[in-house]
Amino acid sequence: MGDIRVELYELTAHELGNLIRRRKISVIELTKSLLDRISNTDCILGSYISVCEEEAIERAKQIQLKIDSGGDCPPLAGIPMALKDNICTRGIRTTCASKMLADFVPPYNATVVEKMYSQGTILLGKLNMDEFGMGSTTENSFFKKTRNPWDTERVPGGSSGGPAAAVAGGEAIFALGSDTGGSIRQPAAFCGIVGMKPTYGAVSRFGLVAFASSLEQIGPLTKDVTDCALVLNAITGYDRMDSTSVDIKHPDYTKALVNDVKGMKIGIPKEYIDRGINNEVKKAILNAAEVFKKLGAECEEFSLPLTEYMVPVYYLISSAEASSNLARYDGIRYGYRAEKYSGLSDLYIKSRSEGFGAEVKRRIILGTYALSADYYDFFYKKALQLRTLIYDSFSRTFEKYDLIMGPTSPATAYKINEKTDNPLEMYLADIYTVPANLAGLPGIAVPCGFDSNGLPIGLQLTGKPFDESTLLRAAYTFEQNTEYHRIRPKVDR
Amino acid sequence: MFSYLGVVIRMKYEIIIGLEIHAELSTKSKIFCSCTTEFGGEANTHCCPICLGMPGTLPVLNRKVVEYAVKAGLAMNCKIEEFSKLDRKNYFYPDLPKAYQISQYNLPICRDGYVDIDTGSGRKRIGITRIHIEEDAGKLIHDDESMSSFIDYNRCGVPLIEIVTEPDLRSSEEAKAFLESIKAILQYTGVSDCKMQEGSLRADVNLSIRPVGQKEFGVRTEMKNLNSFRSVVRAIEWEAQRQIEVIESGGSVIQETRRWDDNTGMSYSMRSKEEANDYRYFPEPDLVPVIIDGKWIEEIKKSLPELPDVRKKRYMSDYGLPEYDAWILTRSKALSDFFETAVSKSKNVKAVSNWIMGDLLRILKEKEMEVEDIPFPAEYLARLVDLIDNGTISSTIGKAVFQKMFATGKEPEVIVKEEGMEVISDETELNHIVRKIIMNNPQSVADYKNGKQKAFGFLVGQAMKETKGKGNPKIINKLLKDLLG
Repeated sequence: MGDIRVELYELTAHELGNLIRRRKISVIELTKSLLDRISNTDCILGSYISVCEEEAIERAKQIQLKIDSGGDCPPLAGIPMALKDNICTRGIRTTCASKMLADFVPPYNATVVEKMYSQGTILLGKLNMDEFGMGSTTENSFFKKTRNPWDTERVPGGSSGGPAAAVAGGEAIFALGSDTGGSIRQPAAFCGIVGMKPTYGAVSRFGLVAFASSLEQIGPLTKDVTDCALVLNAITGYDRMDSTSVDIKHPDYTKALVNDVKGMKIGIPKEYIDRGINNEVKKAILNAAEVFKKLGAECEEFSLPLTEYMVPVYYLISSAEASSNLARYDGIRYGYRAEKYSGLSDLYIKSRSEGFGAEVKRRIILGTYALSADYYDFFYKKALQLRTLIYDSFSRTFEKYDLIMGPTSPATAYKINEKTDNPLEMYLADIYTVPANLAGLPGIAVPCGFDSNGLPIGLQLTGKPFDESTLLRAAYTFEQNTEYHRIRPKVDR
Repeated sequence: MFSYLGVVIRMKYEIIIGLEIHAELSTKSKIFCSCTTEFGGEANTHCCPICLGMPGTLPVLNRKVVEYAVKAGLAMNCKIEEFSKLDRKNYFYPDLPKAYQISQYNLPICRDGYVDIDTGSGRKRIGITRIHIEEDAGKLIHDDESMSSFIDYNRCGVPLIEIVTEPDLRSSEEAKAFLESIKAILQYTGVSDCKMQEGSLRADVNLSIRPVGQKEFGVRTEMKNLNSFRSVVRAIEWEAQRQIEVIESGGSVIQETRRWDDNTGMSYSMRSKEEANDYRYFPEPDLVPVIIDGKWIEEIKKSLPELPDVRKKRYMSDYGLPEYDAWILTRSKALSDFFETAVSKSKNVKAVSNWIMGDLLRILKEKEMEVEDIPFPAEYLARLVDLIDNGTISSTIGKAVFQKMFATGKEPEVIVKEEGMEVISDETELNHIVRKIIMNNPQSVADYKNGKQKAFGFLVGQAMKETKGKGNPKIINKLLKDLLG
C-alpha cells in the first residue's frame, strides 16, 4: 500500500479505538475527518437529515479531555457515529423522515442514546430512512432520497438506508438503525456492511419511535463483525423503562469473536433458495455454505414450513400495530397541523392526510382494516395464530441446527424508482428477513460477494433467542476467511 | 311524579339494570409513569412525556395498580386471574394523547364476583361480571368566550378500575344501595377515596325493560358518565319511564348510547349501535402479560381490612345495635372509624351511637360537611357522653355543648367551664327556686294535689326552665315532692 494514504473515516471502530487509546490520533481530529467527509460526500449520498457539527466537535473536545486526564476509556470512546432518525435525541430534532415530525424536538433521549453517550461516542447526526421505517429503499423519506455508495443510481435499501449508506460511504464509523422486518439487515446487505437485529428484548426500545412494537429492535450497522460485537456490548441490557426488554445477563460479545466453526450445525431453508431468488445471489449464498463447510461446519438444506405465510403475517401484524402507534399524530399536541381546518374532525383528517406520505397511509389503512370488528378474526387473529406456529417451527428447527443461513434479500440494490410503482413486489422481497422479527430471533447480515454489476450481496445468519454469540462467531469466522468486508466503495458522481 | 295510571302501567314492567362503575385508584403515582395522581394542580403540571404518549415513550405498569385491583376483586368475592393482559382501545379524541386507551379487553384481572346489598325486601346478591384496570383520559375545557378548547392532561394516566355488574339490579333504589356498598368497600380497602365531586367514582347505566314474567331481556340503552348517586337514581327513573312510554305507544327501544343531562333531567341520544365506535381492541405490545401468583394473592388477602358487611354484623352482635343503626354507621369508613374511636373511649356505646346517628349526622347534612371535616376528635364525643352520664351536665345542656364543639372544636369540659354549664346541685339554691315555682303556679299545685300527675311534670319543667336547664332534675324532683307533701 505504501504511499496510499488511509483516511481516518475509512477505518473501523476497533482500529480507531486503538489509535485513540495509544494517543496516535485525537478524537477532535477524527471527528473533523468525519465531518469533512460528510460535507464532501453527503450532497451525493444524502444519508443525513441533520448533522450536529458544533455539538460533535464540542463533545469530541470533552471526550479527548477525559482521555487526556487518564479517565475511564470505554472501547467506543471518541468514535463518531450516527443514529437513524427514529431514535429520540434530546434537543436534536427527530423526524422519522416524516413531514409529520419535521420539527419535532424530543425532550428526552432514547435509552440507547444515553448508553452511547455514556460510552463516550460522538454523535454526528441523524440519518435518513423510509418514513416511520416503512419501506425497503429509503425512497419513502419526506426529505430526500439516499443513494447507494456502490452505485449512486441505486437505492441503499431500507428502511435504515441512511445508516447503511453513511457507514458504507465513510460518513460515520458505525450507526444504529432499527429493524422491524429487515430494516437493518437488508440495507446492510445492499451497502456491503454488517448489520444485526438483536433478539427481541435484548435492547431497550425506549425512545425508538414505534412502528410495530412487537417486532422491532434497535441494532448496529458496522463495517465489520468486531465492531458489531463492540456496539452490541454497548446497547444491550435490561431497561426498566421498557417492559419488553428482558432481564438477563448478556455475555461479553467480543468473547464470541473466535475464528472457528468446527462442528457448528447450519441449516439452509430450501424455500429460501429454490425460487424467487436472483441467481447471482443464490450462487454467493451457496458459495458461503462451501466456505463454512471447508471450515468444518455442517451445512445442510432443510424445509422450513410456513415460509409462504411469513410476508402476509408480517404485513398484517406490523400494519395493525402501526395503525395504532401512528394514531397519536393528530395535529393536536406536536407535529404537523394543517393550516386550514374547520372543526375537530377536519383538523384530524387534514393534518394526517397532509402530514403522512403514501406508504404510511397505505399501511395505516391496511392495519385499521385488519383490526376492524368485521375482519379481526379473519386477518389479525389468524396472523397472530400463524405467528405462534412460526415461532414453534423455529423452536423445532433450532433443536437441530445452531444457525439458519440464507440470503438477506432475493436481489441486490434496486435502481432508484425501479420498484416504487409496485409495493406488493417490494413487500415480497422481505421474505428472508421478516421471519426473525416474527419469531423475535437475532439475525445478522454480512457481506458475502458481489454481483456482476459490482453490487454487494449479503449473507444472513439467524440464531436462537439470546444466542447472538453463536451468530457473531460464525459471522466472524466467515469474515476472517473471506475478503469481501475489506472492499470499500468509492463515492463519486 | 307519575300519575296513578302511570304507576299502574309501570307495574306491568320490570326494569333491568346493569352498572359499569369507574373508580379512580388512590395510588400515589399514575398507572404507567411516575407522575403524581394528586387532584387539582395547575393544568398540565402533573404530566410527563410518557403519560402524554410522546413518540418513542413506553408505558411501565405500576404494580400497586394491580395490587389494588386484586384487593377490590377479593373484597367483591371475585376470582383473581393468574394470567391477564392489557389491550389497546383505539379511538381519536384530543383528551387521549396516544389515540388509544390502555385497558383490558378479554382477560381482566378479576371475574365472577358478587356483592350483597340490603333492599326493602331483604338481602340481595348482585353479580360482578368483571373488574379490569385501565388509564383515565385528560379533560377538555371549552371556553365559550374565545370559542376555543383547552386540554388539561393532569388526569391522563390516572389508574382506574372498571367494575361491571351482571344485569341483576331491578330498581333505582337497588342501584343506589349497590353503589353505596361499592363505595364503602372501595373506601374500606383504601382502593379508592371515591370522591364523587372530584370524579373519582362514575357510573354508566345499562337499562332495559320487559313485561313482568317475560324471560328475555328487552333492548338496552347505555347512559354514560353519571357522577353522583342522585344522578344515577334520576337517570334510571327517567330512562325507565321513557322506555315504557316508547313500548306503550307501540314503538320499540333502539339500542343506543344516551347522554344524561343533570340540568334538564333528561337523557339524549348520543349514537346508535350502528354509529358505535369500532375500538379495534388488540393486545398492547408494549406491555407484558400480568402474572399474579397465588402467593401474592394470599398476601393481598391478608392485608384486607374488616369489610363493611362484617363490621355491621359485629356492631349488631358486640354492641347490640339495631341493624339499621349498624348499617348507617358502617356505610362510610370515616364515620365508622369515628364511631369506633369514640366507643373505645366510652362505656356507653348506645349513647355514642345515638349522638352520631342523631345530632352528628344532622349537623353534617345541614352544613354539607364530610366526616373528615368534623372539627374535633372522636374522643371528645366520648367525653361529652361521660359528662352527661356522670351528671356534670344535663342531656339538654349536652346538646348545646355539642353545638359549641362543632363551632369551636374545643374540648367539652372547657366549653362547660367557660359557659358555666355545670348542673346546679346546690340544694339551698334549688330550694329557693322550687319555692318560687310553687308560689307562682297555684293552679298546677292544686291539680297535682287532686291527683293529676301531669301537673308535677309541668312544675319540674318550670323549675328547669328557671335554671336555664342546668338544675339537677333529681334534686328538683325530690325538693318538689318534699314541699308538696
